[in-house]
Amino acid sequence: MDVLEKTDSIQAEMLRHFEEKIERGDAIEPRDKMPDAYRKHLIRQMSQHAHSEVIGMQPEGNWITRAPSLRAKQILLAKIQDEGGHGLYLYSAAETLGVSREELISQLHSGKAKYSNIFNYPALTWADIGAIGWLVDGAAIVNQVSLQRTSYGPYSRAMVRICKEESFHQRQGYEIMAKMMQGTKDQQEMAQDAMNRWWWPSLMMFGPHDSESPHTGDAVKWKIKRHSNDELRQKFIDKTVQQAEVIGLTIPDADLKWNEAKGHYDHGPIDWNEFYRVISGNGPCNRQRMEHHKRVHAEGAWVREAAEAYRLRKEKELLHL
Amino acid sequence: MAIDSQLAIWEVFMQAKPGANYIHAGSVHASDKKMALQNARDTYTRRGEGTSIWVVPSDAIVASNPDDNDMLFDPANDKVYRHPTFYVMPEGAKAI
Repeated sequence: MDVLEKTDSIQAEMLRHFEEKIERGDAIEPRDKMPDAYRKHLIRQMSQHAHSEVIGMQPEGNWITRAPSLRAKQILLAKIQDEGGHGLYLYSAAETLGVSREELISQLHSGKAKYSNIFNYPALTWADIGAIGWLVDGAAIVNQVSLQRTSYGPYSRAMVRICKEESFHQRQGYEIMAKMMQGTKDQQEMAQDAMNRWWWPSLMMFGPHDSESPHTGDAVKWKIKRHSNDELRQKFIDKTVQQAEVIGLTIPDADLKWNEAKGHYDHGPIDWNEFYRVISGNGPCNRQRMEHHKRVHAEGAWVREAAEAYRLRKEKELLHL
Repeated sequence: MAIDSQLAIWEVFMQAKPGANYIHAGSVHASDKKMALQNARDTYTRRGEGTSIWVVPSDAIVASNPDDNDMLFDPANDKVYRHPTFYVMPEGAKAI
């Protein structure tokens, strides 16, 4: 056996071990051996997830100063603080794979790493804050609940923590929509308008149809993903339709109807051209979101430098004493 | 521009209630102990999840290698005398 053959057989043995563990349902932990493709897939998915939490603070942050009551302002602040926290849980989990925070942020800034497409849409009215909480967080929760059982331990644990906190987010959004639907005709129209603009992008959050999804194969085999894009999207539609009916909102899909035989709702075609147009950088807010993140990151550099300088000075003082 | 530093990583351990074990919660970035504690508080206990926090510089943690698991965590089933059921107690002895 030559050296190459030997390396190949060690690799094959390692992969077999890894896949047996996955098969048994064991969690993979940071120091366990794992295939490069598994590590890469996780870094890509977890960093995209973390960036989404952080970029998602922007459309909502835009409304803090204009929240219609002190109660609404307090709630919004707490929610946005949670989103920041969720970003940190996920960065922390991604770092266990050997990628540094500096690298993760620079990948976001260079465009190598993505964030959820949904945040490239603007929050135009107060009803949008309701729609974001109810629909966008609602869609995110469906995905996150499924990911609580992902095979990578630190990711799974971060998801459990996040899911505990997310249900308040969805409820506060639904409450805003419900209140507006009990309000004046203008308020009702505003709520319906937000629904019309956020419904389809929310469905797109689950990603392309299973038949078109480029990352599904290994991710399912290795239990990174526990449900397919279409399964999760269906789950979201099925539970949201009734919630819309209760408060009198119309779902902007003429083809939406209950399918008795399947036990699910059928829905109309999703405009994937729009999805790819926005994801490739031509949505309403892509440039604004990235420029904001870069600017704030650069403006905060002096704080990090000062903190390091302070630590160095303190360490020096200790040595001289 | 200087090279961006996101500060050092600290591991965070939380005690959920008095008397409970400290459990690993995740990590934070901070330049010193005080900042690590504050960041851990803000990140991991926004809803009364704990009564006490430990923060430890990440590079101070020594972890076992999963390759050594067979050796390190051998259940030592041949050493049955480690279990209380191994011993024969005299008939009639109570509370032992």
